[in-house]
Amino acid sequence: MKLTPAEYSEMAKKASPGTKSYKTIPIAFLIGGLICMAGEGLINLYQYLGMDQETAGAVTSVTLIFLAALLTGLDLYNSIARFAGAGTLVPITGFSNGVVSPALEFKSEGLVLGLGAKLFVIAGPVIVYGISASIVYGLILYLFKLY
Amino acid sequence: MSQKIGRSTLVLDTFPSIMSYASVVGKKEGEGPLARYFDAIFDDTTLGEKTWEKSESRMQKEAVSRALEKGGYATMQIDYIFAGDLLNQCISSHYGLRDLNIPFYGLYGACSTMAEGLSLASVFVDNNLAGFTMAATSSHFCSAERQFRLPLEYGGQRTPTSQWTATAAGSLVVGKSARPPFVKAVCGGTITDLGIKDINNMGAAMAPAAAQTIKTYLEDSHTGPQDYDLIVTGDLGLVGSELLIDLLKRDGIDISGVHNDCGKMLYDVEAQDVHAGGSGAGCSASVLCSYLLKKIEDGALKNVLFIATGALMSTTSFQQGESIPSIAHLVHLTYNRE
Repeated sequence: MKLTPAEYSEMAKKASPGTKSYKTIPIAFLIGGLICMAGEGLINLYQYLGMDQETAGAVTSVTLIFLAALLTGLDLYNSIARFAGAGTLVPITGFSNGVVSPALEFKSEGLVLGLGAKLFVIAGPVIVYGISASIVYGLILYLFKLY
Repeated sequence: MSQKIGRSTLVLDTFPSIMSYASVVGKKEGEGPLARYFDAIFDDTTLGEKTWEKSESRMQKEAVSRALEKGGYATMQIDYIFAGDLLNQCISSHYGLRDLNIPFYGLYGACSTMAEGLSLASVFVDNNLAGFTMAATSSHFCSAERQFRLPLEYGGQRTPTSQWTATAAGSLVVGKSARPPFVKAVCGGTITDLGIKDINNMGAAMAPAAAQTIKTYLEDSHTGPQDYDLIVTGDLGLVGSELLIDLLKRDGIDISGVHNDCGKMLYDVEAQDVHAGGSGAGCSASVLCSYLLKKIEDGALKNVLFIATGALMSTTSFQQGESIPSIAHLVHLTYNRE
């Protein structure tokens, strides 16, 4: 069995089935799109109930975050996500699921060392690099406006 | 007395016998094709415990207790137990077996633990170091996921090459008897690493280790694939099995006609949506301690090579970008003492 890692890597790649993108991408597009459409519907509904557009948008985000958290708690979100893929990951619902799921998972290690410490184990990197990117963007914007 | 032949094979000339065995599994495994061979199926995979770690410990204890009970053995009769599991510091074995008062050797062989434990248990009996020994291991989907991957409720995607950690435990008692199944020989694996880094493709990482051990044993024992009814690997799954067959073919050894894999046998891979098949220490242990030993006991299988494979990385080494070292231990099981 004289085989270099590079040769084996080729072999392994050939034996490993790829993701069925022709199926997963349209499904993700469809489900993600449906979630966003529901969001639009909610904005319209809240505006109809008398909110201005900005408030309606914020309340819609809160509603979607709540629904995703609820579905996560009921152990339904991951079943939907198994089918929907990135469709449930990309919208704001995915972020909610990313925070609620470690909260549920790690509560067995206690409220401080478990839930508290591990709450952002998934969302943490998104927040850190999201904020970092916005600072860089802000700086660039500031420098451009100086001249 | 055991006799060392070739590179790493021990021939056990008294043919230690597997006196008793038991396997317990979770709901999903209980819905698989081997359901009727298991001693217990727990539809509630928490087993009534508060944490997943406790559930797994309970499951391992159940497997050991049932193996003792089936053979009518008291814990006092067992000289040593060899056990381990996947969780950090092998807590499933330590907590699960702490009340049993059996002298304990803890093993870490990842998913190869059952073959490793059975090897040592048999060697101890063969050399009259013990009258009765035991081997046990377990894995639990939920405790493994939270240690190695992501929270259960997180809606992430599994890649097509990923394998499903079995919620299962297996245990057996080794002693001397005229009743099959017998352990004819064992072959210790060497740590093998061909550079696979994808933690979601364990089958590919472990296949070279399995190929290495099988080749070594066939050379050491001067036998070929045609001498066996079944060459069964631990948990290579679909991807790893294909690679194993290809790797051995490069050395002129064709096992395709007699090979199967516990990761493919435990589940209906397509219908149960386990992607590339089952894995976990409990996967090969539960398939061995149910279907396989039963078939050998009945004489339906007479000559079987059982090779459990283990991936020896940790979450830390994985995050630091290291490749996955793997191991495979082999046990030659027979129906006849010859």
